[in-house]
Amino acid sequence: MFSPVLAEIRFGCGLSPDLQPKGSVEDILHRLAGPDHMAIAHPTADFDSFWPQSTALKALRQKRGLAEGTDAYDDLNAQYKAMRREARFEHTRWFGQIILRHSQTEDGFRERLALFWGDHFTAQGKSGLAKRMGAPYVDAAIRPYVSGRFADLLISAVTHPLMLHYLDQHKSIGPNSRVAEKSSGQKGLNENLAREVMELHTLGVGGPYTQRDVRQLAELFTGLGFKPKTGFQFKPNMAEPGPETVLGTEYGGDPAQLEAIHMVLADLALHPATAQHVARKLVVHFVSDRPDPVLVGHVAARFRDTDGDLAQVYAALLEHPAAWRPELRNVKPPLDFIASACRALALRPAHLNRMAPKRLAKGLLLPMVLMGQPWERSNGPDGWPEEDAAWITPQGLAARMRWAMLAPRQLAGRLPPPEKFVETSLGGYADGPVRFAARAAETQAEAIGLVLSSPAFQRR
Amino acid sequence: MPLSRRHFLARSAAIGCSAAASPLLSPVSFAAAPWDSRLVVIILRGGLDALDMLQPYGDVNYAGLRPTLAGGPDNGGLDLDGFYALHRGLAPLMPLWKQQDLGFVQAVSTPYRNRRSHFDGQDLLEAGTSGLGQGGDGWLNRMLQNMGGVENRTAFAIGQGEMKLLHGAARVSDWSPDAALTLSPQAKLLAEQMMQNDPLFHGALAEALELSQDGSMMLGLPASDGRMEDMTMPVPTRGKSHLKVAEFAAEMLRGDTRVAAFSINGWDTHANQAKGLGTAFRRLSDTILALRGGVGDAIWGKTAILAMTEFGRTVRENGSRGTDHGTGGAMLLAGGAIRGGRVHGRWPGLAEVDLFDRRDLMPTADVRSQAAWILRGLIGVDRAQLEQVVFPGLDMGDDPGLLW
Repeated sequence: MFSPVLAEIRFGCGLSPDLQPKGSVEDILHRLAGPDHMAIAHPTADFDSFWPQSTALKALRQKRGLAEGTDAYDDLNAQYKAMRREARFEHTRWFGQIILRHSQTEDGFRERLALFWGDHFTAQGKSGLAKRMGAPYVDAAIRPYVSGRFADLLISAVTHPLMLHYLDQHKSIGPNSRVAEKSSGQKGLNENLAREVMELHTLGVGGPYTQRDVRQLAELFTGLGFKPKTGFQFKPNMAEPGPETVLGTEYGGDPAQLEAIHMVLADLALHPATAQHVARKLVVHFVSDRPDPVLVGHVAARFRDTDGDLAQVYAALLEHPAAWRPELRNVKPPLDFIASACRALALRPAHLNRMAPKRLAKGLLLPMVLMGQPWERSNGPDGWPEEDAAWITPQGLAARMRWAMLAPRQLAGRLPPPEKFVETSLGGYADGPVRFAARAAETQAEAIGLVLSSPAFQRR
Repeated sequence: MPLSRRHFLARSAAIGCSAAASPLLSPVSFAAAPWDSRLVVIILRGGLDALDMLQPYGDVNYAGLRPTLAGGPDNGGLDLDGFYALHRGLAPLMPLWKQQDLGFVQAVSTPYRNRRSHFDGQDLLEAGTSGLGQGGDGWLNRMLQNMGGVENRTAFAIGQGEMKLLHGAARVSDWSPDAALTLSPQAKLLAEQMMQNDPLFHGALAEALELSQDGSMMLGLPASDGRMEDMTMPVPTRGKSHLKVAEFAAEMLRGDTRVAAFSINGWDTHANQAKGLGTAFRRLSDTILALRGGVGDAIWGKTAILAMTEFGRTVRENGSRGTDHGTGGAMLLAGGAIRGGRVHGRWPGLAEVDLFDRRDLMPTADVRSQAAWILRGLIGVDRAQLEQVVFPGLDMGDDPGLLW
């Protein structure tokens, strides 16, 4: 059953020596329903104001190209390089903010949900500054919606410029649209987003849809686009005229309107297959790679009964005894491992914020590459694997242990006394061998590193 | 010189399964492995477009289906045989083609032919079964289970990503070029004690420590006596990661390793295919050439590299100068053991009636049967084992003649 320590470990960001574990499920849900304190305290950037810089950088690069061989080149080149360096530093700083949110929060479930849904709706920029805009995307398109209706979250993520860019939707053109008719050459659909919406975001890969449904949804999606300067824009001239039939229901007509796209997404969001798919993913993510079908069924039923009210869906997950088996099973992915270690080390915001970007990158971002999770660079729109075995490989574990022994001193300044650290970081999950290791290690850094390397710390 | 199959079979019949322990085998080449040829499997994740790698410019329907993507000699492709042209991104491999060390199989696929999900497609490709969810191990691991004398280092999964085709009961090594873990003797002991009741962690730790002890696994890092000061933060060493993987694989294959598997990503080309594929082909070419250079002439002669992908792409170009998920794909083969300088496989044609589901290249062979024939010829795996165990339920059909 519920235990405050387990709640922090399994559903939050881990234990902190400075923060009290939450006393009840109600408390966790109550905090989630309240304001997002951490996004305010440790901000990234506003996506909409950052997005135009991508165009500015591109323009600068073109200008530099034209100036090649002239006196103006050196100056333009310096400007261009400075802008790129600034963007790289900003990106690193955003990662620092995410670590601070995990370290400082009293609302850890929200941070976990932001990661979970950010991964469910993976979107990655493919060129230029867009490559670095994953964090502002999650802050704008995901975070505000994590405890609302799933339909709103789905619509927000799927119509966001970064998602449209990532899955090439903005280039998809109805074959009979006005744009296609006016231009010569081939103009047509791109079915990437439509497929991933059904396979990954809603119904699931085994879901009740066919290639024809994918094709029809791709036609219905035409017109979804954005302007580099102002963000999202529906472009009726690119939209395929006439209605489309998706899963037996007809949507849209003439003229094409954004509402029809919102309607199909809302319907997909409420589909029983979606309820099952989302419930299963939540249980796998939070509880175990081999999810208890009873628990999945319970969560899926609440999803269906409440039309995908996510706060209710989480309540169903948190109220069920099967979610509170005391044995720790899932392995923390590298980001969660690093973030929870920083929380256990009581990383000070001022210390982290003062760190030079290069040092921050070396201490936090680059180690994730060898741990197998380069930040915001998963292999595809399906995001990161959930299976424990995908993370605890010889090479992945080696990278974690090296980081655990060397990074804490760089990041936290002073290391805590190991015998105290083993208690504050593991609570009742500290077993004999870990306590012994904390005592018997030859150096303080090795002791801290060993505690962080213990299965008890790396599982949740 | 490639090891001939007859030579191998005669020998294995004489010594049975305990090849590694047999005094009949000289310590020179059979020190730790039951066979002497080398197999490299590269999984090309993302669905490589068979019709862009191997451009069928001789097919009357080809150009019309690909308004901006059509290749062929007039559009920068490198003519191979008057019908097919090679994507210019693979130009660095042309010398291999001319030496007959590079070949292809066109129009192959797994039995995964209707849902077009990358993730299921890759799972099935690596499982080697006829359907999804028919067991947790991969075909390459089942092959190893079937062979005698297999040890830890016989097969390597390289890189940070998961290689499911090597998952299973046979012992294999998982490693990445710059992963070395050096612990002080005390820290090592304490870590082992902490993890001993957790098989996942304990197994990974034991292997990490063992592989780190071997200086060759550390790729240029100085040898260490395990002191804390010797340990460095886990940051990737400089250099392109695919080349580091290829160099590491080559180094292992020069020794006792007989099988190496890794993946190269970046083949999903829904938009701007010309740009995306150019980059990915460069990585693939560089990888193959690094393997070639790394293993040296003698080992190259008995090496087969098998690059395979989860599915192909649509025959028609889409609206964003790309292609969507399709069915029939192509395999790339390289190595001295490969019967190269030719495109294997049966060409199905591109007329609409010839397409799969009226949109994809029709598969004319099962990719598993091609792989099975390579395992048969290169390593001498028994046909019944291949059809029943390695690729359960597969009918290998006739030998496609992919090896010399």
